[in-house]
Amino acid sequence: MVAAAAQRRETAGRRRIQTGLAVAGALVVFSTLWEVYKLLGGIIDDRWPDILPVRPDNLTMPHVWEIAGSFIEPVQRGRSEILAMSLLKAAGFTLIEAGLGFLIGTVVGLGLAVLMLRSFWLDRALVPWINISQTVPLIALAPIVVTWGRTTFLGDTVSVALIAAYLTFFPVAVNGLAGLKSPAPEALELMRSYAAGWSKTLFALRLPAARPYLFPAFKLAATLSVVGAIVGEISAGIRGGLGRVILDYAGRYTTGPEKLYAAVIAAALLGLFVFGMANLAEARILRGENQES
Amino acid sequence: MTMLTPVPAISIQGVGKTFNPDSDERVVALEGIDLDVAATEFVSLIGPSGCGKSTLLRLIADLITPTTGTVEVFGRSAHEARLDRDYGMAFQSAGLFSWRKVARNIELPLELMGWSKADREARSAEMLELVQLPEFGNHYPWQLSGGMQQRVAIARALSFKPRLLLMDEPFGALDEMTREHMQNELLDLVAEVGTTVVFVTHSISEATFLSDRVVVLSPRPGRIHAIIDVPLGDRRTEDTREDETFFKSTTEVREALRQVGASA
Ligand SMILES: Nc1ncnc2c1ncn2[C@@H]1O[C@H](COP(=O)(O)OP(=O)(O)O)[C@@H](O)[C@H]1O
Ligand SMILES: [Mg+2]
Repeated sequence: MVAAAAQRRETAGRRRIQTGLAVAGALVVFSTLWEVYKLLGGIIDDRWPDILPVRPDNLTMPHVWEIAGSFIEPVQRGRSEILAMSLLKAAGFTLIEAGLGFLIGTVVGLGLAVLMLRSFWLDRALVPWINISQTVPLIALAPIVVTWGRTTFLGDTVSVALIAAYLTFFPVAVNGLAGLKSPAPEALELMRSYAAGWSKTLFALRLPAARPYLFPAFKLAATLSVVGAIVGEISAGIRGGLGRVILDYAGRYTTGPEKLYAAVIAAALLGLFVFGMANLAEARILRGENQES
Repeated sequence: MTMLTPVPAISIQGVGKTFNPDSDERVVALEGIDLDVAATEFVSLIGPSGCGKSTLLRLIADLITPTTGTVEVFGRSAHEARLDRDYGMAFQSAGLFSWRKVARNIELPLELMGWSKADREARSAEMLELVQLPEFGNHYPWQLSGGMQQRVAIARALSFKPRLLLMDEPFGALDEMTREHMQNELLDLVAEVGTTVVFVTHSISEATFLSDRVVVLSPRPGRIHAIIDVPLGDRRTEDTREDETFFKSTTEVREALRQVGASA
């Protein structure tokens, strides 16, 4: 058993190295394609202007090394702070909103799942509304929520978190309900044979059984919470987060296009980070329970 | 007549069960079942697939309610008996909770009954000893073979020392060798505490080896076709399987099954 565990760890380690290599490889391939497009595109553009979908000039598509280099250049001329540092701070600010949104969304999503499990009629009544909720464009909703926050004690951070939660509750509710319903009839009969009531069955059987369904939802919700927070920041015009930074650099695009690209990369990295955290939590919590892990 | 007849462990009177009575999918699963099981008796239910064995077991367990008739367990309704946790149950699939280690699986009913942690741990250790898996408490179920998992399921069913054990083809998924070994172990286990057992099986030799009485059910609708006494006494060992009486009883069960159209 000990040998088996060591073997599993070794395989897991090797898998992690493989993943790292694959990611680095994809980055190299993508950067190369980008530069090749610029190079060939330049020739084509000279001959037949306006036939390329994206213009290959340095304003539309800055060089890969310019984007990479911009991270270590000062944010503005005359300031000592480099762009990477400023983006890190902004990402931290957005992370707090996203984290709060993730928490709210998870609690609401799980709560809805339990309610729908409990009551046939609530299930019937809620499902269409939950589905409709995701068809409303977030951009339209965000200013309303921000106005709520500004006229009450909630404030901007909570408003943005609520906007993020609007996206995150959905996968949690849907997968959560599927997970709560996943135990085999025999497992439910077993609980009944112990005269375990509804709530004991929920906590001892249904919720633990739902975890393998919930973690994929959490991973999705984590990345959605970053998207929601950034959209919320942009519509609320809140300073301090990545949303505002993106908005600023978009406004000053002509004087530094690589900065906008850098900000977008920062947003993607933040999404990747929260995804990684959710992944890590899953691995830790479900560790040992299944043969595969 | 004796003046004092002890309360039977199970008393089933005029029981019938019809599923979906008001629809096209109406199934008369059982009809006119009368059966008493004495305390500490071991009774097997055998019969062709779909004849209502599991249904009868689930009626005793109060997992479903009869359409007609009454089921009493230790002198009260099956419902009250369930609420009092009078029985333990084991199915063909061990049904261990994959997220609980083996010991914690055995402790599940104890946890639901509000036992203290120390008491629970003491009892699960004791049960692991009884089913000969003392070193496996800290393993996850997937790390155990099918036979070992089934032993854990039996330990779980007996962990709170119920007076009655209900088993639905618990060894059905095991190979022949493991199966016979588990049969011996089960008899030792239930003899120790004096547990009453109702045991559903497909196997004629299993039913005969284990039981004081074998109930043969006939299908469509499920009825009791015959009840066969197995006069092998209380001490059954590996040698019992070569005993003359064992062969005779096995033949009797087989004949009865042939009459109800089982292709066993
Ligand atoms: N929940 C149920 N709903 C409808 N029909 C059922 C249900 N459970 C069992 N039956 C039917 O009752 C009959 C007896 O089933 P069962 O007791 O499982 O048989 P056995 O265990 O002897 O194979 C079968 O025809 C089966 O289809
Ligand atoms: Mg059955």
